[in-house]
Amino acid sequence: MLVQLRGERFELDAVVDVKHVPEIMELSFLHGALTVGAAVPCYQIYENESIAKVFPGIIDAASLIGGIQVQTRASLGGNLCNATPSADGIGPLIVHSAVATITGVDGTRTVPVEDFCTRPGVNVLNSGELLINIRIEARPAHFGAAYQRFIPRNEMDIAVAGVAASVVLDTTGEHIESGRIALAAVGPTPIFAEQASDFLTGQPATAETFAQAGEIALTESSPITDMRGTIVQRKHLVGVLTRRTLAAATERAQGNV
Amino acid sequence: MTQTIDPQPVRKIAVQCTLNGKQAEFLIAPYQSLLETLRDVLALTGTKEGCNDGNCGACTVSVDGRIVDSCLVLGAEMEGKTVDTIEGMAPAEGLHPLQRIFLEEAALQCGICTPGFLVSARALLEKEPNANETRIRLWLAGNLCRCTGYDKIITAVQRARDEMQQR
Repeated sequence: MLVQLRGERFELDAVVDVKHVPEIMELSFLHGALTVGAAVPCYQIYENESIAKVFPGIIDAASLIGGIQVQTRASLGGNLCNATPSADGIGPLIVHSAVATITGVDGTRTVPVEDFCTRPGVNVLNSGELLINIRIEARPAHFGAAYQRFIPRNEMDIAVAGVAASVVLDTTGEHIESGRIALAAVGPTPIFAEQASDFLTGQPATAETFAQAGEIALTESSPITDMRGTIVQRKHLVGVLTRRTLAAATERAQGNV
Repeated sequence: MTQTIDPQPVRKIAVQCTLNGKQAEFLIAPYQSLLETLRDVLALTGTKEGCNDGNCGACTVSVDGRIVDSCLVLGAEMEGKTVDTIEGMAPAEGLHPLQRIFLEEAALQCGICTPGFLVSARALLEKEPNANETRIRLWLAGNLCRCTGYDKIITAVQRARDEMQQR
């Protein structure tokens, strides 16, 4: 926000430090449900061992947003409100079916994270509204999730493309009961790939299924060519990263079977 | 540092914090970043301004024991906090092992990034005295250096780690 203020992206009369509002700093993990206050810094999430154990798919994102210095400051809530198409934190929230709690002068409402961003840098918050927290309900027993992105460096870069995936396996660990796939940096907002997600229902948890899901997911992307990558490269990456994240999510879910 | 968010004169905020081990009290404008507070108000110019948008890590300081880009926090947020900058790193006499070994290994050229690297590296070695090369490189990913190519910096941090462990 300070960077955007200096860049004169918007004008303000006042800045209020919301980090003194307890609800906005809440980080709780009760009966399997996770509540992340809007301004909870990333390090508090990944340094919490019980959260890290149950939600490695969230940690994938929290531990790669910026460097260590930025993770002292950056929050998943800020990442969500900033609403960039390439946000690393949003896809993982989508595949965990996370819900945003918004409070304003007219009361409180909830919005699924996949519906939160409306176009680049714009979200559903109305004037007078504030994101309070992001909530993830308890996940089914055989759930697993993962997020991966492609960047030319090893660290500290903006995704050329990113994919988050989650699966719920049956009790044998061999079939997918349901799955969710979300895409980053390949459209005007983070994308919930619904067709690819629906395709996963009832499929065997095999490399062939993951590849087919990747083929569907890339048809749900609408990337542009810019300094970070081309349309062709980004579509290719969606296919590759969908395969890889589905495999990683499945492996994590099988660890929970 | 001439850029300000609001050029209008505004009522200043009084802040009390612990700065490099001593109590500090100062008056700042509400829009001044911690970086501006350190450099322009407190004349602690060891902390450098690089990009001023959270990419380069040159302005890294420690707040309550965690490193942060001082350009990304406001000075007014420091009320009651413990702030440690490069000025507090050396003991009364001599240098911190990291500082001395950076010199011995020629782990700097122009030097603008160096205070940030030193503050970051110290935080890592205090938290993880056995950090391996991979961990050091990951931890220092938020500090950019356009001169050295990083290898000499990583070598220096590893040598400092080994020396500090032997104490």
